[in-house]
Amino acid sequence: MAVVLPVTTVDAGALVEGRQRLGRWSRLPTKAKAGAILLGIFVLAAIIGPFVTPYDPSYQNPSLSLSLHGPYAAHLLGTTSSGQDVLSQLLVGIRLTMELAILVGAIATVLSVVVGVAAATFGGLWDEFLSLVSNVFLVIPALPLLVVLLGMLPQKGQAPTIIVLSILGWPWGAKVIRAQTLAIRNRDFVAAARETGESTWRILAFEIIPNQVSLIAANFVNTVLYAIATSVALAFIGLADLSSWSLGTMLYWAQSQQALTLGAWWWFAPPGLAVALIGTGLVLLNTGIDELVNPRLRDAANASRIAGRRLQPTDPTPVLADLSLQRTRVSAFLHSFSRSSLADGGGGNGAISRRSTTSRSSNGGQP
Amino acid sequence: MAFLARRVAFYIVAAWVALTVNFFLPRAMPGNAIQAIMSKFPGLQPSTYKALQAMLGVGHPGSLWHQYVSYLGDVARFNFGTDVSQYPAKVSTLIGQTVPWTLTLVGTATIIAFVLGTALGIMAGWRHGGSFDRALPGLMFLQAIPYFFLALILLDLLALQVHVFPIGSGYGQGDVPGWNSAFIGSAIYHALLPAFTIVITSVAGWMLQMRNVMITTIGEDYVLAGQAKGLKDRRVILTYAARNALLPQLQGFGLALGFVVSGAIVMEIVFSYPGIGLLLVNAVTSNDYPLMQAIFLVITFAVLLANLIVDIVIVFVDPRARTREAT
Repeated sequence: MAVVLPVTTVDAGALVEGRQRLGRWSRLPTKAKAGAILLGIFVLAAIIGPFVTPYDPSYQNPSLSLSLHGPYAAHLLGTTSSGQDVLSQLLVGIRLTMELAILVGAIATVLSVVVGVAAATFGGLWDEFLSLVSNVFLVIPALPLLVVLLGMLPQKGQAPTIIVLSILGWPWGAKVIRAQTLAIRNRDFVAAARETGESTWRILAFEIIPNQVSLIAANFVNTVLYAIATSVALAFIGLADLSSWSLGTMLYWAQSQQALTLGAWWWFAPPGLAVALIGTGLVLLNTGIDELVNPRLRDAANASRIAGRRLQPTDPTPVLADLSLQRTRVSAFLHSFSRSSLADGGGGNGAISRRSTTSRSSNGGQP
Repeated sequence: MAFLARRVAFYIVAAWVALTVNFFLPRAMPGNAIQAIMSKFPGLQPSTYKALQAMLGVGHPGSLWHQYVSYLGDVARFNFGTDVSQYPAKVSTLIGQTVPWTLTLVGTATIIAFVLGTALGIMAGWRHGGSFDRALPGLMFLQAIPYFFLALILLDLLALQVHVFPIGSGYGQGDVPGWNSAFIGSAIYHALLPAFTIVITSVAGWMLQMRNVMITTIGEDYVLAGQAKGLKDRRVILTYAARNALLPQLQGFGLALGFVVSGAIVMEIVFSYPGIGLLLVNAVTSNDYPLMQAIFLVITFAVLLANLIVDIVIVFVDPRARTREAT
C-alpha cells in the first residue's frame, strides 16, 4: 500500500473533463476497461458464487480417498486435507472478502471526504489539527496496530475488522481531498456561486464535491485495495473469524495444515491468485482513472518523438494550484511541523500540485 | 536545522500517540492476558487471578495517571515486563533476539528494492510509451500479489520442487549462531529467497511511482531548456529530471515504509524466519498481549526513526530545506 505522497491535486479542468469521460465506456483508457472487466468478474462471483457452490464449504467428506485430492471432475479445484471442496470455499470466500473490502472502502472514503472537506472549509486551527492527526496516523505502521487492536478484541469477526480497518483507512484520502478542495475553492466558478449568494453547504455539495468525483473514486479504489490486502494478511496470521470462509482464512488453513509441504498447490493457489487478480483489477482501474485526470500519463501512442523526447499533443498548460493559505500564527506554527511545510517556502507549489492520484497505489496498500 | 528540529518534534508527537494508544487499548478492551490464561485452563481457581497478576506484573495498581507515568518510565528503560506464554523470559529479551534478523533482512531488501525501482522508474519515465509501458500490466499484477502469497509460491517452486533454496528458518539446523563465516554464510543463504520476495513485490511500486513523477517532471520547461542547450541525454535525465523527481519519491519512501515493513512481517511467517514478524504471530496465537504491544511499539519506533532518516536525507538533497533554514 502505499507510496503516499503528501499533497495530490489535479488540474481541475482535467478533472471536469475526466468526469465527463468517466461516463463513456468507449472513451475509457484500455487499462480502466481491463480493470473494470476483471473486477466485474469477481463482483459477479461474489454475488452469485454462494448460490452455485457445488458443496457446503465446511462439509468434511469422511471418505479418506477424498482427503487432499487434486482437481478432478467432481471437485474442480480439489479438496482440502479434511475433504472440503476448495471451489466452494473459494466462491464463498470471494463474497466475504469483497463484502468487507467494499464496506471498508465506502466507510473510509466517506470519512476522508468529510474530514478533508471540513479541514479545507473551516481552515485555521481545525485544518491544522486534522492534518496533524492524519499525518500521525500515516507514519504509524497500520498492520502492527491492527494486530494489537484486533488481538485484544474478544470477538474476531467480520464487523470488528470492518470497523477497525475503516478507522485506520481514512487519513491519506483526507489529505488528498483537503488539498483538492483548497485548489477548487479558489476557482472562478466557486467564486461565482458564492457571489450569487449560495450557501456554503450548497457550494460544497454541488460545486466542490462533484468536481472531485474522480479523485474520490480513485481514493475509494485505493481503500478497497488496502482493505483486501490488509484483511487477507490479518486472516492469514489468524486474526479473523476462522470458522467463516474468506480468501484470507482459506490461506490461513492452507498454511496451518501444511498444504505447501504436502504439495497441495490447488489448496493455496486459488485464494492467493484471486486476491492478486482482484488487486490487479483495482490497480488497473486506478491507473485508468489517473490517466483520465492526468493527460500527461495517457496517449503515449500519440506522442511524437523529437530529439529523443516524447512530445505529446495533449500536454496541458500547467495550472498551478494556489495552495497559499491565510494562516494564523498558531496554525502556522503547527503547520511548520509537517513535511509539506518544506514546499511552501520557496514557491515550490507547482512541483507538488500536480501529483498523480495513484501515487498511493504504487505499493498497492500492501500490508 | 529548524526544519529537522520540527520534524523531530513531530515524530515525538507520533511516538507519544502510539505509546498512549498502546497504554489505553488494554484498559479499554474487555479481556486481558490473565483472563486469556484463565480461560485456557478452566481448572484454575479464581484466587489464582491475583497470584498471576502479581507474578506477571500486569495488574493495574494505583491511579490511571500513576500507571501511565510508570508505563512511560518502563518503556524508556525497555522494560516491557515478563512474557506470558514463555513465562520466565523477559519480553525485551525475546524481541532483542529477533530484531537483528528482521532489520538486516527487511532493511537490505527494502533499500535494494527502492534503488532498483527508482532506477527502473527513471528509465520507464524517460521512455514513456516505450517497451517498459508494455510491461505495466505485469508489474501491476506483481504489485497486487500479497507478499506472503508470492513467498508461498516461490517457496513451493524453488525450495520444494527444485531444491535450490532452503525451506525456511534463518539458518541451517546444525549451525550454532555466532560471528563465524560458516554461520554467516548459512544465514545469508537462508535470507536470499525471503529478500528476493520483498524486492520483487515492492520494486514494481517504486518503479510505477517514479515513472509517473518522471513523466510529469519531463514536461517541465527546465528539462526542455536543458535539451535545447544541447546537453547530453544522460545529463538531462539524471541531473535535470531525475534529481527533481526524486524528492516526491523520497517523501513517499518514508510513508510507504510502514506498509513495506508490515508486508515483510507477514512474509516471515511463510519462511519461518526468526524475525519479529514470526514472534508477533506467535504472540497472537497464544494471546500474549504484553508481547504484542511491545512488538507494536518496537516496529512503530523503527518506522518513525527511518522516517526521520529520510527527512535528514531530504534536507541534504533539497536546497529549499537548506535555504529555509537560513531565513
